[in-house]
Amino acid sequence: MRLDAFLRASAARHPDKTALVNGETRLSYAAFDAACDRLAASLVAAGLKPGDRVLVFMDNCWEAAVAIYAVSRAGGVFSPINPSTKADKLAFIIDNCRARAVITLDRLAKVAGAALAQAPGPGMMVIAGPRADAAISETMPDGVAAQSFTQALAPGEEAGTLPQNNDSDLADSDLAMLVYTSGSTGQPKGVMMAHQNIDAASASITTYLRNTPDDIILNVLPIAFDYGLYQLIMAVRMGATLVLEKSFAFPQAIFDLMRRERVTGLPLVPTMAAMILQMKNLEPGFLPDLRYLTNTAAALPPAHIARLRALLPGVSLYSMYGLTECKRCTWLPPEDLDAKPGSVGIAIPGTRAFVVDDDGNELPAGAIGELAIAGPHVMLGYWENPQASAACLRPGTQPGERILMTGDLFRADADGYLYFVGRKDDIIKSRGEKVAPKEVETVLHACPGVAEAVVVGTPDPVLGQAVTALVVRSDTTVKERDVIRHCAANLEDFMVPRRIVFRDSLPRTDTGKISRRLAAQTLDAKTLEAAE
Amino acid sequence: MADTIETDLRNFITENFLFGDDSRAIAGSDSLIQNDLMDSTGILELVAFLEDHFGISVADEDIMPENLDSIDRITAYVTRCQEEQVSRVA
Repeated sequence: MRLDAFLRASAARHPDKTALVNGETRLSYAAFDAACDRLAASLVAAGLKPGDRVLVFMDNCWEAAVAIYAVSRAGGVFSPINPSTKADKLAFIIDNCRARAVITLDRLAKVAGAALAQAPGPGMMVIAGPRADAAISETMPDGVAAQSFTQALAPGEEAGTLPQNNDSDLADSDLAMLVYTSGSTGQPKGVMMAHQNIDAASASITTYLRNTPDDIILNVLPIAFDYGLYQLIMAVRMGATLVLEKSFAFPQAIFDLMRRERVTGLPLVPTMAAMILQMKNLEPGFLPDLRYLTNTAAALPPAHIARLRALLPGVSLYSMYGLTECKRCTWLPPEDLDAKPGSVGIAIPGTRAFVVDDDGNELPAGAIGELAIAGPHVMLGYWENPQASAACLRPGTQPGERILMTGDLFRADADGYLYFVGRKDDIIKSRGEKVAPKEVETVLHACPGVAEAVVVGTPDPVLGQAVTALVVRSDTTVKERDVIRHCAANLEDFMVPRRIVFRDSLPRTDTGKISRRLAAQTLDAKTLEAAE
Repeated sequence: MADTIETDLRNFITENFLFGDDSRAIAGSDSLIQNDLMDSTGILELVAFLEDHFGISVADEDIMPENLDSIDRITAYVTRCQEEQVSRVA
């Protein structure tokens, strides 16, 4: 089924049920579906054609949820973009996917406007938020047809005809979304997911989480991040309720909200678990309606698992592992947590996960190799990047089947349970998000006073890994904060180095190349402490 | 007293969340979260700063938007905590 058809179906089943709670806004399924129709019609009226790419450059707000489903309903391809993305990268993405439209928020319109000035192309902008009209007049370059979200939702006589109302040939195999992800080359790549990929992944995940329409899921993870995005997709599929919040900065406020809304499902990343466990006043059972917790992005330390379970008795804890290229790879059934500590479990229902050698041969239990994934959730490939697609997708045994090489090293035990061993490349996982060292280094090299730099991940109790830069200065008056400020102005928040360590030179391999591995080895605990 | 607290707070925020960029004007009532001045790890740094610098103890249940989500609110919160400490000692 196509993504937006699930919204239609849930709205038909229970129109009055609450679909979305976002601050003061509560949307019923009927209201959500109607808003989606109206925005879709406005996009079509403004010239959006099936297959056109639309960036959804917003934070966690109900308008973003409507935008995602409206783009689908209009036959378009949405691309969720992290709201802390800066103008240069946004321009790269606009240009890379030849975006036809950008849907954003008033407070992000300046960044979007600057990106559009660099990469003209999208003729269309929709801006949400109370200051949308001011943002349109102040920030939009000439030639961009901008309208406010409110205008776009107003039932107008000029509304376009939606493609599916027009008996068109939209198919489940059509491209539904592009999720840009960091690549080891430093250039973001657009992961292509068809409607049927999303259908397969969300069916599989809601099966093992035993989701029902009675679930109430609280999501603070950015919906530009597929883990956060799928909370919306899965809630809509089930006809459940999604409580959408922007931040976990005030856990107490989130817990109050969870108790008020009787939340049953809470997706976590390890950083959030660490924040919960830093609190001293929590009593066991403090979230009485909670049925399950999920964790992915990086493994939870066993001590954190034990303490979470003690604080939330009777709550099922799912340890999971995945990557954007197939959404989710594995899950550990909660009842196996004690028997299989440290394991990320088994393939999600309806898919296969297996460990292979360099030639693609399946390895026996105990042997370390690359994890390979097969199933209907595997992406179509990277957008207009056949080389990168060929590097990680191999033909499968069934016609049309693609096997995804994850780039992660794993081993399986005798029961087939999988254990993460390490990355094959240098990608850093910080706050649950992937950071390509190369992308950060490119920005560092453009920083005044920096001669050269290398970026590595260092262990961090809250972030999982912290982005740490070793920098050789050409101007020794440059301070750590100058370098960090430069990075903050040019990179998404989660990519900004937490620590800068100044060095006189960087370690090199025998061939003279700067070595990330050797650099990481020079960073012992003492150096990191001194750099705090 | 409140003036000093506010000045120290602004310096902390500029140094730690804006990395010394003082060109950005922050109104006392601006939400630090909604305006992306502070994220969830930033709040932990803020709490550590308040405890160290102002000698107050921030209880978990006080880590709420109404106490800590704007410069005005933090100033009022710190003032309140300090007054409570003084009255306890007296």
